[in-house]
Amino acid sequence: MSTSFDLNGKPTTLDADPKMPLLWAVREVAGLTGTKFGCGMALCGACTVHLDGKPIRSCITPLSTVAGRKVTTIEGLASRPAKAVQAAWVKLQVPQCGYCQSGQIMSATALLETNSKPTDADIDSAMSGNICRCATYSRIRAAIHAAADSIKV
Amino acid sequence: MAINPLASASTRRDFLKSAGTASALALTIGFEWGGTTRRALAGATPLTDRSFMPNAFVRVGSDDSVTVIAKHLEMGQGSYTGIATVLAEELDADWTRVRVESAPADAKRYANLAFGTMQGTGGSSAMANSWTQLREAGGKARAMLLAAAAKEWKVSVADLSAEKGVVYHAASKRQASYGALVATATGLPVPEAVKLKDPKDFKLIGQHVPRVDAAAKSDGSAQFTLDVVLPGMLVALLKRPPLFGATVKSFNASAATAVPGVVKVVQVPRGVAVVAKSFWAAKQGRDALQVEWDDSMAEKRGSVALMDEYRHLADQPALSARKDGDALRAIKAATRKVSASYEFPYLAHAPMEPLDAVVKLSADSCEIWAGDQFQTIDQANAAHTAGLDPQQVSIHTLYAGGSFGRRANPGSDYIVEAVSIAKAYGADGTPIKLQWTREDDIHGGLYRPMYFHKLEAGLNDKGELTGWHHVIVGQSIMAGTPFAAMIKDGVDPTSVEGAANIAYTIPNVSVELATTKTGVPVLWWRVVGSSHTAYAVEAFMDEVAHAAGQDGFTFRRKLLDQHPRMQAVLELAAEKAGWGTPLPPGKGRGIAVAEAFKSYVAQVAEVSVGKDGQITVDRVVCAVDCGTAINPDIIAAQMEGGIGFGLGAVLYGAITLKDGRIEQDNFNGYRVLRINEMPKVEVHIVPSAEPPTGVGEPGVAPLGPAVANAIFAATGKRIHVLPFSSSGVA
Repeated sequence: MSTSFDLNGKPTTLDADPKMPLLWAVREVAGLTGTKFGCGMALCGACTVHLDGKPIRSCITPLSTVAGRKVTTIEGLASRPAKAVQAAWVKLQVPQCGYCQSGQIMSATALLETNSKPTDADIDSAMSGNICRCATYSRIRAAIHAAADSIKV
Repeated sequence: MAINPLASASTRRDFLKSAGTASALALTIGFEWGGTTRRALAGATPLTDRSFMPNAFVRVGSDDSVTVIAKHLEMGQGSYTGIATVLAEELDADWTRVRVESAPADAKRYANLAFGTMQGTGGSSAMANSWTQLREAGGKARAMLLAAAAKEWKVSVADLSAEKGVVYHAASKRQASYGALVATATGLPVPEAVKLKDPKDFKLIGQHVPRVDAAAKSDGSAQFTLDVVLPGMLVALLKRPPLFGATVKSFNASAATAVPGVVKVVQVPRGVAVVAKSFWAAKQGRDALQVEWDDSMAEKRGSVALMDEYRHLADQPALSARKDGDALRAIKAATRKVSASYEFPYLAHAPMEPLDAVVKLSADSCEIWAGDQFQTIDQANAAHTAGLDPQQVSIHTLYAGGSFGRRANPGSDYIVEAVSIAKAYGADGTPIKLQWTREDDIHGGLYRPMYFHKLEAGLNDKGELTGWHHVIVGQSIMAGTPFAAMIKDGVDPTSVEGAANIAYTIPNVSVELATTKTGVPVLWWRVVGSSHTAYAVEAFMDEVAHAAGQDGFTFRRKLLDQHPRMQAVLELAAEKAGWGTPLPPGKGRGIAVAEAFKSYVAQVAEVSVGKDGQITVDRVVCAVDCGTAINPDIIAAQMEGGIGFGLGAVLYGAITLKDGRIEQDNFNGYRVLRINEMPKVEVHIVPSAEPPTGVGEPGVAPLGPAVANAIFAATGKRIHVLPFSSSGVA
């Protein structure tokens, strides 16, 4: 069985069980390892990718769901908000162990792509599905604000 | 099921001695490895003719690159950056050309000097034990590069200077980059001694040096064990018994092997493994696998029954961990008596990266890829499992997606599992990645032990504390492991640290320990003993201060007159938090202070109480004295992280058993802190010229009691049973 979709801007066909979670299809079949496995139940957000621009948990999304649609992983981030988020992450020294940060960045980017000036409440709402056991939360919040400020026109 | 001690075959060859001192809080374990383990691994760090490697810690390339070899695991605490900073400082390296590479498993070159002769990371010791070693390594490399320039230019070394990777001769205006001097430097003798910099000349230490791993951890390119891909690699998931101590009675692999992609089903000592071509196939195979367990030797008790037993034990005679004067008599004679008990649950570490290891095993070698925290122990345990000698085991240490102590385990559980699966598979050189799921992690044991604490104190008619009696009941972390040599007169130092060494000046102090045995495997968890003792001591001290009619800060401050560094962080935190200034109704402020791993941390928490009685932690002001501040931003990050980690644990953290079964499965049942619950954190670092001490763990210690004391200030309610959610306030 194969599934065709747009992966990071490239037409892609993956030959895999259509029930295989997108997380494992992207990691083990497409070979993009930036997206992480944390819980397998959409509880921690480490596996967050964008499906047609919206953040989803790839660990519970069957590969078949994405047929004909656009999937973006951390490796494919290219938008202005995405680059601003990544730059702010480095500038504010957000990562500690770093394992959850791909998912955090995907959620933060999706937030900024729809809300250019998020409030703290907006950040709580968009980011509370992403766990960081190192508790880098203060810096995540500050980095999202910094990224928003950096792309203000 | 006890923690697997080091294999007997290894312990016969190797012997153990304790180098710990009674007062040492850090894991100052002395391991003396005999014979074969002393040999260096051949070819672990190849030296080419185009680079200069004056010692085990640095390599300078002819392209001017500086590679620092890190003997410590980077699990988020910033060790790579700290290690590189210290070495690069004395080398006068160009920071933009510095990169970090992990050291191979080789205790001879890469021992943690705080652990004796064992390579490993823990006890917040990475910077403390590396400080002088890496300054000297950098300084000697610099001296050799200068000597090379002197030789090439036929000038005196005294007339040379170095800055950012370039050697200068002012008189002749000559200069050469380190890379250009590599060939000459390689042939020169290594100096016996080197003069280290005066701290006033530091250019990197004490500055905001950016983390070496921040960029790779912001674009998905950082390599964790999860990300290891090797040709022909298979993925294994292991079905473990649902009860601790149960074993495989029989299994039926037919449904599992019918899953497309499943290659083999193998039995190993810890259960039955499904080896497949992908995670998804292995997962489906494991779900389909039928195993019948032998529960006859399993732990079948529940947490409630265990705590009842602990509560009962707290009233029985126990072993003494500290005795000054006669505490019981002083309390009996006191004008005012205070007593309280505190209950602490088992806690899982739950690092974001579920445990994983890749093993490539053949007849005469075992190659391991892991976020490895105890290289020497893992090497010995892997060798024993594989039937090899330790020097036949090589370890590639990768970034660990968190640990909080979980990957530093004396039985090397996840490594041993992976090696045993590779062995059962056929030891044919096929790389196999053992992947734990989150459920495996939550059910997997090696928890922070459950504890019961009972405290009594006496005050005289002037409100002075005259007696302090503290009984701790719980499992030993070190018993049954090679670390058992650290147990003195039956007292495991990790059970009583933070309590037996209570810093307050009290004329009569008694601290006792009753060590329990259960079938639940336990392990150190971030800040180890102080993860519970700091709560008991500091929450109770607040009750005592209140009974004395005194303010918690003033009361503590007076009693810390013999501990100026601890007193100073308490004062700094109070001052920065505006201690004593009025707060609106429904808000409260609490203070706590702790020493852990020779660092001192005080925190003031501010909480709000909602209409429903639910509390919110609004702000935490933290003061820390960790000696010389190598990287102030990383210190702040570790305090912030420690506060968030500690807050999640005291609010929600609990692993509970019912009839021996763990009742939590994943992050739904085992709740951790999320961004909307993170308080505002301010970190203040005490300027110090003392040698650096650790920051990875100490920030966790005072957080729980500071918040509990703030809740009391806001509500009048004391919390004696953790987590707070079980006491109805979170």
